[in-house]
Amino acid sequence: MQDKNDMNSKTKEKKKINEIKGFSSFTSALMAIVIGLLFGFIVMLLANPNNAVAGFRYVLLGGLSRFGNVLYFATPILMTGLSVAFAFKMGLFNIGASGQYTMGMFFALYVAFMFNLPPSIHWIVAILAGMVGGMLWGFIPGIFKSLLNVNEVITSIMTNYIGMYLVDMLIRSNEVMYIPSMTRTNYIPQHVQIRSLGIAGSNVNFGVIFAILIAIVLYIILQKTTFGYELKATGYNKHAAEYAGMNGKRNIILTMVIAGALSGLGGAFAILAPSEIAGSSMTYEPINVIAVNGFNGIAVALLGNSHPIGTIFSALFISYIQRGGTLASLVGYKPEIIDLVISVIIYFSAFAAIMSSALGGFFTRRNKKEKDKSDTQPVEDIEHDIINKEAEK
Amino acid sequence: MENENYIIEMLNITKEFPGIVANDNITLRLRKGEIHALLGENGAGKSTLMSVLFGLYQPEKGEIRKNGKVVKINNPNDANDLGIGMVHQHFRLVEVFTVLENIILGVEPTKNGFLDMDEAREKVVDLSERYGLKVDPDAVIEDISVGMQQRVEILKMLYRDNEILIFDEPTAVLTPQEIAELLQIMRDLAKEGKSILFISHKLNEIMEVADRCTVLRKGKCMGTVEIKDTTKEELSRMMVGREVSLKVDKKESQPGEVVLSIRNMTVPSKIHRNNAVKDVSFDVRRGEIVCIAGIDGNGQTELVQALTGLEKMTSGSINLCGKDISKASIRERSVVGISHIPEDRQKYGLVLDYTLEENLVLQRYWQPQFQNKGFIKFDEVRKYALRLIDKFDIRSGQGPITVVRSMSGGNQQKAIIAREMDKDHELLVAVQPTRGLDVGAIEYIHRMLVEGRDSGKAVLLVSLELDEVLNVSDRILVMYEGEIVGELDPKETTDEELGLYMSGAKRDNVKEIYNAG
Repeated sequence: MQDKNDMNSKTKEKKKINEIKGFSSFTSALMAIVIGLLFGFIVMLLANPNNAVAGFRYVLLGGLSRFGNVLYFATPILMTGLSVAFAFKMGLFNIGASGQYTMGMFFALYVAFMFNLPPSIHWIVAILAGMVGGMLWGFIPGIFKSLLNVNEVITSIMTNYIGMYLVDMLIRSNEVMYIPSMTRTNYIPQHVQIRSLGIAGSNVNFGVIFAILIAIVLYIILQKTTFGYELKATGYNKHAAEYAGMNGKRNIILTMVIAGALSGLGGAFAILAPSEIAGSSMTYEPINVIAVNGFNGIAVALLGNSHPIGTIFSALFISYIQRGGTLASLVGYKPEIIDLVISVIIYFSAFAAIMSSALGGFFTRRNKKEKDKSDTQPVEDIEHDIINKEAEK
Repeated sequence: MENENYIIEMLNITKEFPGIVANDNITLRLRKGEIHALLGENGAGKSTLMSVLFGLYQPEKGEIRKNGKVVKINNPNDANDLGIGMVHQHFRLVEVFTVLENIILGVEPTKNGFLDMDEAREKVVDLSERYGLKVDPDAVIEDISVGMQQRVEILKMLYRDNEILIFDEPTAVLTPQEIAELLQIMRDLAKEGKSILFISHKLNEIMEVADRCTVLRKGKCMGTVEIKDTTKEELSRMMVGREVSLKVDKKESQPGEVVLSIRNMTVPSKIHRNNAVKDVSFDVRRGEIVCIAGIDGNGQTELVQALTGLEKMTSGSINLCGKDISKASIRERSVVGISHIPEDRQKYGLVLDYTLEENLVLQRYWQPQFQNKGFIKFDEVRKYALRLIDKFDIRSGQGPITVVRSMSGGNQQKAIIAREMDKDHELLVAVQPTRGLDVGAIEYIHRMLVEGRDSGKAVLLVSLELDEVLNVSDRILVMYEGEIVGELDPKETTDEELGLYMSGAKRDNVKEIYNAG
């Protein structure tokens, strides 16, 4: 009986510890953000002391006035962020989000221009085509990793370049899609564009809602399904996963395909967005540059602690601060300053594990002092005590 | 008392870690020229105490004296300057260097900035002759036996003119013959005036070689006793705090039909170019515990990995309950009836960052009982976990939701045993199931193995501990360099005979029995 009471008090204890754990991983992300912003402020002071305060105010608060665009720009990096985070749960580093994103964009564009479909479903098919493009580009590093054990980082760096050059080549040689004089793609027909959410002065569209729904679905897959269970087990300890008879090869391919699908959707959402200027649309410029949204996805995933829900917030935050950074140029700062701030934030959020364990330790130590000592007695000791008690009997 | 000749005194050492007092007011006094044993279960605080002596930890309370003078040891270099040296349980040798290069590593003699090997060689040869430590200075470490590697470690300490020698569980990796040799070396060293701290939990060895023994239990010092005035039973009572049965209590085995039948198994090695397992054949029957004995690294690991499907074999066949599983996947073998308690429980047996309940279903989460259309039934998992926790007495801080990483080694092992024994199986493969566990847990695990046997399962035990081999098994197969060189009856064989087989000095042709049959 006493044991049961013990157990109950322990369960309560556990809840508290968990709260502390969640709390501290949030606070450590917050600390990383604060340090990053402070660093940005110092750089602004050094660059131009007179406008530093005004510029910093734009960085902090500028996003508020452009909330629609915060959501709009958050959509692609949320998708690539989810892509990186999902692969990361399995212990794979999907640095190839850029290539998958570009492929997704191309597939969506191709369907938009070259297919003749009923307007009501054309945009859906275009989005799905983007997903397929990303899947294809995720499948390549996946199959190399699983069958030949080639490091996915190396293959994805290559697929990034291959994807980018291939897409640029295909677009430039396509007369329907490309306008050589403007070095950009043609305007996408109105009915293929994703419907706007109607926030004035922004391009925000249903894409952001889809992206958030996808994040929630991913959360459910990871937490509730056998696939998620296998995926996380493999990520934590691939030897144990193998020992338990999980099909590691299949899971690697599947994970990379899903990660690719997410990035590909990101590309589709980005390119199929409506424009605030009537009669125009988003365009792609085939100028041999690797899509930066893919790499921003890595930052988003890191700051979001590879958690699908955390990734939503980190994508929104990074988009928000980027909008502010753009506004800081009004007082003479280059928008690169915000990339600098983001880099510092990511740098410090990479310390999140260390910081949260340091903070967690601090809190448990404080709690311990306030609590009955037996609560935090190490398990081994409890075991010994019980053995001793039994022996005494 | 005060004028006794102590070379090292650790007085009232207290070392705390968050949530635990690892060393609570421990006093250890080492006389010059004695062999002083430090006895305690895992987690009793032996390693912490030695780390304090080595300057790796600073104690909260207490002081260390050398020859009566208080000294401050801030790091291992200070310890070395004071003449304290240690042979670690896992050797710290550079595999591709020669014996001589390893010995001088860190204190290389130089002349005009160039290595002066001749002087070093002279000193090493001199030392090895003086203390009877036979080594070949030019042999490469990876080519020499474990026993010789250990002698290199000892020579490293002597080369540095250390007077206080710490041996951390030195016999774990040795054959009985090598153990006898080591104990003799220790006696000779003591006779030459070296003072030795001998960390061990093997009572036989302590009784044989030590002059005095300090016993630790749960971070507390249970006292220091003269070995000549004590008995094994008393020491074990001091160590565990209760009576322990050192014998495994079991009935005569009743072997039934053959469950596992391995024929001509050959498995390549990942480490060297030879095969790790060479043409091995044997059977395991229902209701018996067959033990594969041998020194670590003689192919036992590869044999088990090939049997469970973690490793591919190049030739041979495995037959389980009449089914050929030579090419089956790990999952298929598990379904046919293999349960596997892996050698490295943290690497293979558990996902440490998963909770206890998630780990308890690691082999069965895919079964209809625990999932529906790909969604895990968490309430079923919880129910199942609670039942196993109760049945197998797994102790943890928060029950089913404890993260396994935070559990003690013994309870982690219990979780694996619960999972593997509760799963439907015909054959239980247990590889070093008691490694690193304390006496209480070892007793428990041995009891579970015997219970499994008595309920009609076949048990294949791989063990490096001679006591375990002799006490638990019903039949012993000795493995040497990838081959089975002897089949012995534990009731008739002795430590010495087993040692001869384990070191390759003696071998029978076991293969013929199975190949003919």
